[in-house]
Amino acid sequence: MQTTNPPLLSLTGIQKTFPDCIANDAIDLDVQSGQIHALLGENGAGKSTLVKIIYGVLRPDQGNIRWNGVDVQIANPAQARELGIGMVFQHFSLFEALTTLENIALALPHEDHDKLRDRLVKTGEVYGLALQPDRHVHELSMGERQRIEIVRCLLQDPKLLILDEPTSVLTPQETETMFETLRKLAAESRAILYISHKLEEVRSLCDKATILREGRRVDDCIPSTETVRSLAEKMIGKRVKSVKKQLVTQQKPVSLRVSSLATRSHQPYGVDLSDVQLEVRGGEILGIAGIAGNGQIELMDALSGEAGSPVAGKIEILGVEATHLDTNERRNLGAAFVPEERIGQAAVANMTLIENSFLTAATRMKFVRNGLIDWGAVSGFTQNIVRNFDVRTTGVSALANSLSGGNLQKFIVGREILQEPRLLIVSQPTWGVDAGAAAAIHEKIQLLVNTGAAVLIISQDLDEIFLLCDWIAVISQGTLSTTTRVTEITPEDVGLLMGVRHTQQKKTEYATA
Amino acid sequence: MLRLEPRSTQSLWAAWLSPMLALTLTAVTGGFIFLAMGKDPGIVLYIYFIEPLTSASGLSEVAVKAGPLVLIGIGLSFGFRAGIWNIGAEGQYIAGAIAGGGLAVYWYESTSSLLLPAMLLTGILGGMAWAAIPALLKTRFNANEILVSLMLVYVAELLLIHLVQGPWRNPMGWGFPGTRMFPDAATMPLLFTGKRVHLGNTLILVAPFVAWLLLARTQFGFQIRLFGLAPLAARHAGVPGQRMVWQSLLIGGGLAGLAGVIEATSTIGQLIPDISPGYGFTAIIVAFLGRLHPIGVLLAGIAIAVTYIGGEGAQISARLPSAVTGLFQGIILFYLLAFDLFTRYKIVIPARQEARQ
Amino acid sequence: MTELITASIMTMMTAATPLMFAATGELVCERSGVLNLGVEGMMLIGAVFGFAAVAITGNAPLGLLVAATSGALAALIFAILTLNLLSNQVATGLALTIFGTGLSALIGVDYVGENINQIVSIHIPVLSDVPIVGRLIFGHDPLVYLSLLILFSSSWFLNRSRWGMVLRAVGDSDVSAHAIGYPVIAIRFGAVTFGGLMAGLGGGYLSLVYTPLWAENMTAGRGWIALALVVFASWRPGRVLLGAILFGGITILQLNAQAAGLGIPAAFMSMLPYIATVVVLVLISRDAIKIRLNAPACLGRPFRAER
Repeated sequence: MQTTNPPLLSLTGIQKTFPDCIANDAIDLDVQSGQIHALLGENGAGKSTLVKIIYGVLRPDQGNIRWNGVDVQIANPAQARELGIGMVFQHFSLFEALTTLENIALALPHEDHDKLRDRLVKTGEVYGLALQPDRHVHELSMGERQRIEIVRCLLQDPKLLILDEPTSVLTPQETETMFETLRKLAAESRAILYISHKLEEVRSLCDKATILREGRRVDDCIPSTETVRSLAEKMIGKRVKSVKKQLVTQQKPVSLRVSSLATRSHQPYGVDLSDVQLEVRGGEILGIAGIAGNGQIELMDALSGEAGSPVAGKIEILGVEATHLDTNERRNLGAAFVPEERIGQAAVANMTLIENSFLTAATRMKFVRNGLIDWGAVSGFTQNIVRNFDVRTTGVSALANSLSGGNLQKFIVGREILQEPRLLIVSQPTWGVDAGAAAAIHEKIQLLVNTGAAVLIISQDLDEIFLLCDWIAVISQGTLSTTTRVTEITPEDVGLLMGVRHTQQKKTEYATA
Repeated sequence: MLRLEPRSTQSLWAAWLSPMLALTLTAVTGGFIFLAMGKDPGIVLYIYFIEPLTSASGLSEVAVKAGPLVLIGIGLSFGFRAGIWNIGAEGQYIAGAIAGGGLAVYWYESTSSLLLPAMLLTGILGGMAWAAIPALLKTRFNANEILVSLMLVYVAELLLIHLVQGPWRNPMGWGFPGTRMFPDAATMPLLFTGKRVHLGNTLILVAPFVAWLLLARTQFGFQIRLFGLAPLAARHAGVPGQRMVWQSLLIGGGLAGLAGVIEATSTIGQLIPDISPGYGFTAIIVAFLGRLHPIGVLLAGIAIAVTYIGGEGAQISARLPSAVTGLFQGIILFYLLAFDLFTRYKIVIPARQEARQ
Repeated sequence: MTELITASIMTMMTAATPLMFAATGELVCERSGVLNLGVEGMMLIGAVFGFAAVAITGNAPLGLLVAATSGALAALIFAILTLNLLSNQVATGLALTIFGTGLSALIGVDYVGENINQIVSIHIPVLSDVPIVGRLIFGHDPLVYLSLLILFSSSWFLNRSRWGMVLRAVGDSDVSAHAIGYPVIAIRFGAVTFGGLMAGLGGGYLSLVYTPLWAENMTAGRGWIALALVVFASWRPGRVLLGAILFGGITILQLNAQAAGLGIPAAFMSMLPYIATVVVLVLISRDAIKIRLNAPACLGRPFRAER
């Protein structure tokens, strides 16, 4: 939509440098009132840094910010809010132990509690974001929590609302509701700055897109005139590669069989699994799709043995009954695991890469001889990982927390794959990883499968599942749908399964091959 | 504008520097304190830090004091690395002394050569048993081991008082609280005539090296470090968390109990209420000062022992109260913690930066 | 008999008072996300400096003020180390206790065995003279009332005031509070200092009112018991009152049992408070989920602002 009005927000020459990288390099950006403006780019492109500068969390090293035709300096979020800028972060700034009302009151210091309660409820109704003021945040779902964040911004009457990856925690239906809210806001002449990497959504929602790559602004375009592929290519800067899948000629034996698995969670807000069934054969990849918080962590822990024995059900790994085996016993059978949490579970931040290799490879690679650890052999193995998986690091003695997200994940996946497992179970393999590293990881997984190993991928990224997997099942509130061929189901159907509340009797049935 | 930034590799240089700086600054601070008390700082500092090392008897006394400190400190360092905070080593020390010393109380006329070894073994078991209580309560009931082990210190002290003033009191002791003096068969042999350093002190040469081997080269040592750094990663690596808690506490308790019974059979020669000048707590400082590294703990134990002996000397020649030594120990720990910052972060002066590859 | 009961209840309150001060202070500190294990050290510092002040000037209120202030100053050292220099909170708290024990022993050397005037119970005409009830409600020393006042004020502050809500938010998610724009470090400094103030006051109460004398290590572990009380109270001030009175009750048991000549050795009666603490901890910690829900989520974790 063309307009000759001066932009609401105009950034010129924004520069921000950190010790090990240039996050923003001479970036210009114009946002008009009433416009839904997308900010696209892969992880590490500089989107978060830029919006943090707009919101006053960071200060630019150089550059100019012009708001409503006036040059401004935004020293902190409070000033940003005074100007009329609101922001909903990807990771919510909510206080779990406090109520909805208290959370909002914290952001609005000068308001009377009771008046705030009325405003809160009213605003929620107007924009379709229903809220209950006196419930504690820890009882609420992700979608409900996001509503609090949005209402908190709206109560301050923002002229510009910034949203950082808002739909990563929503079902497709909740996403559509949120889009309606955003369109309503735009119709009121507010501006929306929308950060996302979900290109299909950007195409359907946004009027204009600015694309960042490696800290620089590389393009502006109108998303509805582009294809997903062309947007992706602008983001990455080169042609998008397709991963070659090998046709399975002969059905291999079942590598992982889970029957009637039920678990009880001991975490305060954990999910209990019930009646989980799945099978993965050699040479194939099964993808488990689902929104975070529906039991993925519990499923991963049950499969790896870290959660202890289940309440009911059986797990068979490579033909062997493994229900009551611990993690290393399952590894000895030929399984390998990559959990969702990189720093803190899969790897230790303050240990070297060598020590991190020893973490899971100790028994299988026979690094312990006569009670003593052969650190030389471990070092050699680590060099292999770094070389084969193109891990960018200063050396094998570097601490794990010195690696970027993508490189660390390449290291972790490489550590498991180089142990030549016959079954690989990996959760969120490319979450928060730059596109180059993600492509490399996908390729290595496919190569592993081509050798006849079986792979189970748990992922929130539907694109990834449809790209890599042969089969798909959906996890929702601790139950698993039946498994379907990827070629016989659409993303919309998957979205429905994600949002379905299962009752005891019925599950949505799909014909299986 | 200076800025703090997390280090990307472990800095060995900084790891050695902070204990050195802490000791130096403590000495400087001490100098000011002495000045405020109207003493000559130079002379007093000499008495505290240098004099003990200048004579054979001084060195012997340092070895005698360093013995229990190093022993307990090594035991604690394992636990602290694993993130298990055994603050009750003092109680485990006393429990070991009671358990081992009890044998000498009952067999007070024995001349058996088995008595001393039996006492040492019982002392270890006594210390382990006392540490098993917080281990059990933590693994079964999730009770905080700091508070439980600490409460047991008071219980142990009171138990000791009760025993040496009651059932185990020396009938010929003229009412002074304490057991009979231990028989020769229950006494540690001296290493040199005329000096108090004894066989038990030789452990300070053995324990650190065994501990180093365990920590650096065995899977057990790796697991201890892992559990302290990232318990979830330890679980992922297949380390049973409950076993870690037990092992850490039993090692700490066993070594503390051993130190206790050794002290009872050597420098003290009986059980009395004041069987420990706070070794269990000072050992905590020794462990930190030594950066939880076995060799570091050895050096730190010696350094702290020097201040103990120096403190006794200062009490006599400069008429300084013995409480100053305790104050020093607190100050050392403060400085150490302050400089700890630099082992984890480095100071950055922003200059020209290049883009990330 | 009634005289015995009345006297017992009076003693129960005075025994509970130092714990109430220290535990309330530590509770506020922990609600902001900071774990300060140095309570024992701060109490000892308060006890010795307060005693010294009264011994020198003869002025009791001044002594209490000095006690509280010295505790706060000690807490300040802890705050600088943990909040500015990001040191490990557990180790630093231990260091504070060791330092406090040593410093108090040193300062107190000249005051062992000295006598001072005790702060006496107040006497309100007419009201205090009502039999039994009069003394029970109106006959305590001023600090007992002060401790109750502070406890209830803290509860009101945390749950009903704006800044109390902010403090709770800081303890729940320091990162989020910072993102909104609240001064996390400053708030924690305030909470830690308040904890020191209260611990110092609790120590001063011991050396100036409870047993007007100074002796090395005279707190005998009360600082640690106060820490356990905070856990027992699930970080809520009202429950601190319950816990402190419970310990007051145990103290009564100790004294009366000895007087009654039950034949239980004195040492074992003295063990009661410590064993009771362990039991209480076990009972409350068993429900790990409940602890995780009630404990401030950021407790013990250092905060570093990204700039």
